[in-house]
Amino acid sequence: MATMTMTAAKAAPTPLTVAIKEAGMTAFVVFMLSFLMIGFETQASQGQPMGYVTRFAAIAWGILLVPLGRMALVFDRYGQSMPALIGGGLAFLYLFGGAVIALAFDVPVVGYNEHLIGSDLAAAGGIPMPFADPIVDAIFGLGALFIVINGVQTLRRAAHGELTLEQREAKEDRSSTRAKRLSFILGPTLLVIAFVLPMTPFSDRSLIGTLTLILTYVMLGWGLNIVVGLAGLLDLGYVAFYAVGAYTYAKLSVDLGLNFWACLPLAGAFAAFFGVVLGFPVLRLRGDYLAIVTLGFGEMVRIILINWQSFTGGPAGIGGIEKMTFFGVPFEKNPAAGTVSFHQLFGLEFSVMHRLVFLYYVILVLALVTNFFALRLRRLPIGRAWEALREDETACRALGINPTNTKLTAFAMGAMFAGFAGSFFAVKQFFISPESFTFLESAVILAIVVLGGMGSQVGVALAAILLIGMPEVMRELSLYRMLAFGAVMVLIMLWRPKGLLAHREPTILLHRGGAKKKKAGAPA
Amino acid sequence: MEYFTQQLINGLTLGSIYGLIAIGYTMVYGIIGMVNFAHGDVYMIGAFQAMIMMLICGVLGISWVPLQLALMLIVAVMFTAAYGWAVERIAYRPLRGSTRLAPLISAIGMSIVLSNFVQLAQGPRPKPLPPVIRGGFEIMESDNGFIVQLGYLQIVIVLATIVLMAAFAYLIAKTPLGRSQRACEQDMKMASLLGVNVDRTISQTFVMGAALAAVAGMMVTLYWGVNDFAMGFIAGIKAFTAAVLGGIGSLPGAMLGGILIGLIEAMWSAYFSIEYKDVAAFGILVLVLIFRPTGLLGRPEIEKV
Repeated sequence: MATMTMTAAKAAPTPLTVAIKEAGMTAFVVFMLSFLMIGFETQASQGQPMGYVTRFAAIAWGILLVPLGRMALVFDRYGQSMPALIGGGLAFLYLFGGAVIALAFDVPVVGYNEHLIGSDLAAAGGIPMPFADPIVDAIFGLGALFIVINGVQTLRRAAHGELTLEQREAKEDRSSTRAKRLSFILGPTLLVIAFVLPMTPFSDRSLIGTLTLILTYVMLGWGLNIVVGLAGLLDLGYVAFYAVGAYTYAKLSVDLGLNFWACLPLAGAFAAFFGVVLGFPVLRLRGDYLAIVTLGFGEMVRIILINWQSFTGGPAGIGGIEKMTFFGVPFEKNPAAGTVSFHQLFGLEFSVMHRLVFLYYVILVLALVTNFFALRLRRLPIGRAWEALREDETACRALGINPTNTKLTAFAMGAMFAGFAGSFFAVKQFFISPESFTFLESAVILAIVVLGGMGSQVGVALAAILLIGMPEVMRELSLYRMLAFGAVMVLIMLWRPKGLLAHREPTILLHRGGAKKKKAGAPA
Repeated sequence: MEYFTQQLINGLTLGSIYGLIAIGYTMVYGIIGMVNFAHGDVYMIGAFQAMIMMLICGVLGISWVPLQLALMLIVAVMFTAAYGWAVERIAYRPLRGSTRLAPLISAIGMSIVLSNFVQLAQGPRPKPLPPVIRGGFEIMESDNGFIVQLGYLQIVIVLATIVLMAAFAYLIAKTPLGRSQRACEQDMKMASLLGVNVDRTISQTFVMGAALAAVAGMMVTLYWGVNDFAMGFIAGIKAFTAAVLGGIGSLPGAMLGGILIGLIEAMWSAYFSIEYKDVAAFGILVLVLIFRPTGLLGRPEIEKV
């Protein structure tokens, strides 16, 4: 690669001309993307024809800054890292730092709350910033940081020299073993932290709430991992089973008065049954077709939940679901006559935290059960059949594995765990509505599985912490939260296309190293 | 009968719009074998840009409707094409040659980014617009006074779709661009060995798909007159359903699938229940996939071992 660019550079124009050309193209793209969508803000108000306000200044800054960054990157590509390091560094400090100061200390920043930039520098006495919103400045600052990191990497590469193919392969091998070792250490560490954390003084309502949410997604991720990671079935409608579990518990609790512990197995069984019913006709399909049909089923379940008013309560959902009890002992301040409340039973001061912490431990145990099952299932004949099916369906057929039945068990297993998680969701929220079961949820769960590295249990947990925890931490960004969520999804995928902790090896090998040859030589 | 004719007209109009979006899905799937999950949002952006152009026309004092429409069309297509290009450049090109799931996730991420970007840049509230083209022909009247209307706008939509379809069929069949697209579709590596610029061809495919989505977005803006940032998702799913129904990878199939979905939706809403129209569309999709997994006009997939 290095020699190629060198020879190309000799024949081709100088870095400066290349940089100018690419910057021009970048400026054009930025203009095309932003001119209408950012330049004109449409405003619809009641009873008036729609109008717009223009924000050309923001576009002008974008068209100025982004191509500059691109130029720095081009110089960096040619081995001149200084513009990237110095320019990027200064831009990062100014834009990101200014934005953070503005957000943190409420400094009057010129340009914010106004659409004119730097309108009255002296009068405001604050920091002049290019954009009307500190968060946009921060985003541009992060872009500058990216350029700096690029420059640093180029410097390091220049110091160590370009890697040969063998070195690169060795490096990949190393990082794969490192990932394995990391997950070996990380797993138990996370587990210990998860168990101990509620007892430490850090635990407060919001932390426990966030952790409970994360664990719910970890459990869903582990459940979906059986379907996607092990059996290789792309399921885009996983949330349907989550919804079935939640509504099963809600209906049973509201109509029949059953408690959570009685409903949990029922919800799981019902979701699994649902998985079999939905899966049976469609599991003959392969790959993407299956993905689309599952997506369709997911949407169908949601639409039915919205419209079947008499049974599901329609868009208003079901409320007043029985709250979590400590195996039948309620967490009430003033329990009904004749019953004992949790704090009375243990002689404690009443606290809302008791129920929340108990919920936390319940989902922790449920998630661990899911994990345990998934890990053990892999070693059973059925688990090995799943992995084989993932790798080559035709070969499996030739070996006498019934693909439909095998896939169906994977589907049902995954659905069952989603059903458990769903009934937990219902007991935690004591109110459910179709709003909670949109395609976005399916996409998030799938993203957790794929980002974690398919088939890696610890990876799934990490990805869930990252994807679910991050937006919770960034609650202050409110409007930008989902934007950041989507962007992080894209960026992690670009950074690690195989997932955070990727290893896709059969759980059990017949002969180490000989497996590949065998597969290639298998009769068609 | 009159009621049926009216539903037929409505269904065909709706189906044309779905068909135009579906072509974008089917072309991308044909060439890289992946679902472009951000396509629905590109369509939404097309609708917004057409709407903004319409407002600009109003401010500039351009009131002659054909000029207004032409400006909306050109501007929306050009600026939306840039989004199609950007989606490919950011979410697909860096991940070429990696696992199948990676671009799927990055595309879902792009879809979230785009819809939230529009929510931030344009506000979360739905944007109502006054109709530009009013009126139509009254072609039939039943005994009890039900009048079958064929709006001018509906004629415009169907005609524009037919013209675009014809242009596209020509583009794919006769031009060098279409040839290189078909070459990439058949064998990407071989095509690159024979001098086809694969990256550029894929980019062009995304750009073309986005351009058609922009046309669909403009039509929806004119037809329904309400745009909001979340409109891309359900339209995208239905258009994708249409593409699968017609046989993914096949252009006439996408159009046929779009029209079928439009008709099913219109008829189901008219005769059964409007709430379950989406369920009907997905139900048909499931049935078709079970009994004819390659869709109506799709070629059977030959599996090589």
